[in-house]
Amino acid sequence: MTQVIDRRLNGKNKSAVNRQRFIRRFKSQIKRAVADAVSSRRIDDIDSGEKINIPAKDMSEPVFQHGPGGRREDVHPGNTDFVTGDRIKRPPEAGGGQGGKAGNSGEGEDDFAFQLSRGEFLELFFEDLALPDLVKTQLTTLTDFKSVRAGYTSDGVPSNINIVRSLRGALARRIALRGPHMKRMREASAELTALQPVTGFADDEEQESGPRIAALEEEIRHLKRRIEAVPFIDTFDLRYNNRIKQPMPSTQAVMFCLMDVSGSMDEIRKDTAKRFFILLYLFLKRNYERIEVVFIRHHTTAKEVDEDEFFLSRETGGTVVSSALELMHETIRERYPATEWNIYAAQASDGDNWDNDSPKCRDLLLNKIMPYLQYFAYVEITPDNHQSLWQEYQRVADICPNFALQQIETAQDIYPVFRELFRKRVT
Amino acid sequence: MTGKLISEGSEWTFELIERYEREIARVAAGYGLDTYPNQIEVITAEQMMDAYSSVGMPVNYHHWSFGKQFLRVEQRYKRGHMGLAYEIVINSNPCIAYLMEENTITMQALVIAHAAYGHNSFFKNNYLFQTWTNADAIVDYLLFARNYIAECEQRYGEEEVELLLDSCHALMNYGVDRYKRPSTLSAEQERRRQKEREDYRQSQVNDLWRTLPARKETASTQDEQRFPSEPQENLLYFIEKNAPLLKPWQREIVRIVRKVAQYFYPQRQTQVMNEGWATFWHYTILNTLYEEGLVDDGFMIEFLQSHTNVIAQPAYDSQYYSGINPYALGFAMMTDLRRICEQPTDEDRHWFPDIAGSDWIKTLDFAMRNFKDESFIAQYLSPRLIREFKLFSVLDDDSREQLEISAIHDEQGYRNIRQSLAEQYNLGSREPDIQIYNVNRRGDRSLTLRHTQHQRRPLAKSSEIVKHIARLWGFTVRLESVLENDKVELTQECCV
Repeated sequence: MTQVIDRRLNGKNKSAVNRQRFIRRFKSQIKRAVADAVSSRRIDDIDSGEKINIPAKDMSEPVFQHGPGGRREDVHPGNTDFVTGDRIKRPPEAGGGQGGKAGNSGEGEDDFAFQLSRGEFLELFFEDLALPDLVKTQLTTLTDFKSVRAGYTSDGVPSNINIVRSLRGALARRIALRGPHMKRMREASAELTALQPVTGFADDEEQESGPRIAALEEEIRHLKRRIEAVPFIDTFDLRYNNRIKQPMPSTQAVMFCLMDVSGSMDEIRKDTAKRFFILLYLFLKRNYERIEVVFIRHHTTAKEVDEDEFFLSRETGGTVVSSALELMHETIRERYPATEWNIYAAQASDGDNWDNDSPKCRDLLLNKIMPYLQYFAYVEITPDNHQSLWQEYQRVADICPNFALQQIETAQDIYPVFRELFRKRVT
Repeated sequence: MTGKLISEGSEWTFELIERYEREIARVAAGYGLDTYPNQIEVITAEQMMDAYSSVGMPVNYHHWSFGKQFLRVEQRYKRGHMGLAYEIVINSNPCIAYLMEENTITMQALVIAHAAYGHNSFFKNNYLFQTWTNADAIVDYLLFARNYIAECEQRYGEEEVELLLDSCHALMNYGVDRYKRPSTLSAEQERRRQKEREDYRQSQVNDLWRTLPARKETASTQDEQRFPSEPQENLLYFIEKNAPLLKPWQREIVRIVRKVAQYFYPQRQTQVMNEGWATFWHYTILNTLYEEGLVDDGFMIEFLQSHTNVIAQPAYDSQYYSGINPYALGFAMMTDLRRICEQPTDEDRHWFPDIAGSDWIKTLDFAMRNFKDESFIAQYLSPRLIREFKLFSVLDDDSREQLEISAIHDEQGYRNIRQSLAEQYNLGSREPDIQIYNVNRRGDRSLTLRHTQHQRRPLAKSSEIVKHIARLWGFTVRLESVLENDKVELTQECCV
C-alpha cells in the first residue's frame, strides 16, 4: 500500500532554528566579520546582507580519527602501469590523491562561508550601539508606504469613484443593452409608417392592415418601455480609482559628514566616527527616498572629499572647525537649497579646536546653518575634558532643540546623540 | 505501442506518479522484492535542504551543527556547486521517500524504483537493519527526543543543553553496541519508562560511589580489581550509566544521542551494499518497464544519462577521484553476481562454485540479507570485477622510505586485493579502537581510556575530544595508547 503525499505546502523553514543557533554559537567570529565589513564598506552600502567567512577549524566537530603514519593498505581503481612490487615515492603530505583520509592534519581548511541576511547583519551591527528595540525594528523593517495610483477597480469607497470612467462604462452598457431594441423599434416604426394610410386611399386596405398596425403599435410601446428600463447608471458601471501602497520613503535628504582629521584622530576614533555616521545614514535611508552624502574633512582648512579619502587619509596640524562649517554652508547654498532638501549633519571630532575659532563656530551655526538644518549631531570622541568647542556647542544646543551633542568613548555612547531624532519619529 | 506508454514528455503529475508507482510495484513484486509500505512525499528544493541538514530525518532535535550543515548545503546549492540529491529515503515503517518537485517524471520514476523499492527492501531485510534498528518506532522516538530536549532547554537553558550535545556528538561513533542487540525503541514506552529510569539510574550511581570507611582494610584488593572489569567499547553507554556527576536529564540526553547513533550504525556499515542494491534494482526495474513497452526511448535516454553519472568511477589519477564510489562498486558487484548466476565462466565456477549457475534472484536476495560491506566484498568480489576496475593496492608503511604496490589485478593479487578492500570497509579498523579501561574509584575518580593501536596507526589530535569526555565524566580523563609491543603510553590528559 503506497501513499503519495504533497508536502510542498508544509513550511520550508524547518532549519531556521538551527540556523539561528549556529549564528548564536559563532557570534564572536561572525561579529568580527561584521565589524570588518563595517569598516570596509561604504556608508551608503551598509544596508545589505554580508558574506561571512569563518575558518573551518574554529567550528569543527571533533571525532576520534586515525592520524597519519603506521601501516596501511589502500585499494584504488584505474591502475595503468603499476605492477606488484613497484616502489613509488611517497607523495607529499598535502598531496590529496591518496583517498579521502589525507586531510585530518590541518589541511583542507577551506573557510566556511555563508550569507548573512540584511536583517541579521544589521542586528549584529546594532548590537554594540545599544539601540532600543523599538528603534532597531524601525531601522530594520521597511514599513513606510507610499500610496500610488494603479489603474481602476470595480469596488472601493464612494470617495474614490472615478466619474469619467464610470460614465463611460455606463454609456457603453446602455448602447449595448438598448441596441437590439432600438433596431427592432426602427424596423417596426418603418413598417408602421409604410402601413399607415396615406390620406385618400381605399378603406378596405386599411381594414386589412388594421390588426397589424395595432400589433406594431403595441410592440413599439413595449420596446419603448424596455429601452427606458435600461438604467442610466448601474452599480456595474462604477469604477474606482485604485491606489496601492508601495513601500517607499518620500523625499530627498542630504547628509553632511564632518570630521576632524588632524593627527589626534586615530584609527579607533575614526571607526567610532564611522559607526556614528552609519547610524545617521540608516535613519535617513528609512525616511527618505534619495540621500546624498557629502563628506567634509578638515584640519586647518576644509575640503570636500570622497568616502575613501574621508576615512583613510590622515593629516597633521592644527584644527579650525569653522573652516568645515563654512564649507558646509557654502555647499548648502550652492547645491542643496533647503526648500528641496532635508539637510542633516553629523560631526565627529576629538574636541580640539583653535580657541579663538570656537565662538566663530557658534555664530556660524546659529546664524547661517541651523536655520536650514533638520538635525545636527555632534560627537566628541574623547575621554578627556572638554575644550572650548564643547562649551560653545552647548550654547547652541540650548537655543536649538534640533542640535544634539554627546561625548563618547565607545560605540555604545552613540545612540543617545540620536535619541531625540528617533523619538520624534517614533511618536 | 504508444498506447501502452505511461507518460510522454517530462512533466509530472500526481496521477502519473501513482501510475508509475503501481507499475514499478508490480515489476518489483515480480522479482520478489519484499518492502515496507511506502509513503512518497513530494517536497520543494528548500525542504530537501532542510531534510539534508537534519541527517535526513523528518523530525530531529535542534542543534547548531544541523544549522551549519544547512548553511553549507544552501551555500553550495545556490552557487551551483552541487545539485541536490534526487532522493532521501528514511528507514522507517512506512518507508518515507522524498521526491523533489523540480525533477522530471523520469527522475521521479527513477527515485521511486531506487528508494521506495531498492532501499526500502534493503532496510526491511538486511540482517543488520533487522537487528539494530526498529523501523516502526524511529519517527516516534525522534519526536520524543525532540520534545524531551526542547523541554530540557526550557528548564536548564539552551546553552547547557547545547554543550552537552556537543560532547555527546563527539562520541557518537562510540555510542553503539556492536555485538549486543539493543532493546527495541518505542516512544510510548520511552516516555513511560523515562521517569523510572531517571530515579533508578541516579540511585545506582550513588551506590557506586558509596565509600564506607569500614572497608579500608580491603582497599588493596579492591585496587587491583579494575572497574569496569572488562573494557567497555560503548563509551556513551558507560557514561550514561556511570558518570558520577550527570543529572538525570543529562543521562537521558546521552541516551538519546546513543540511540540515534545506534540507529545509523547499520547505514554506515552497508553503504556499498545498500546503494548497490538500490541502483541495481532501479536499473533492472526500469529496463523491465522499457521491455514491456511502458516507457519510451526518450525516457530511457534521460534515465541512463543520470544512471551513468551516478555509477561513474574516476581512476585514481583523475582530478575527480575521491575514493571508491560506493554506487559504482555496489552496482557493479550486484550486476556481476547476476552474471555469475546466469552466464558463469570457468573462472567463476572455480571461484564461486556454490552460486555459479544458480537462480540469480535467490542468490542476490541471500547476499542482500546476510552481509555487510566488509563481508559482502570478502565474499563476492570477483576477479573479473577486479580486472574491470583495475584495482591495485598500495602499502603505506611509515617505517619504509617508499610506498609499495602490494597487489594488482592479476592472478596473484586477487585475494590480496579482495581482502584489503574488504578491510577498508571494516568499521572496526577504520575507526580507532578506543575503550573504557578503568575508573579510579577510590582515588581521584579519574577515567582512563585505552586506544589499542592497529598496524601502528596513531591517533589524530584528540585533545578536544578528551575535553568533551571530561565534561561528561566530570573528573580527570586520561587517554592511553597501547602500542604494538604492548607498551602503554599516556597520550592525552584532561584534568577537571
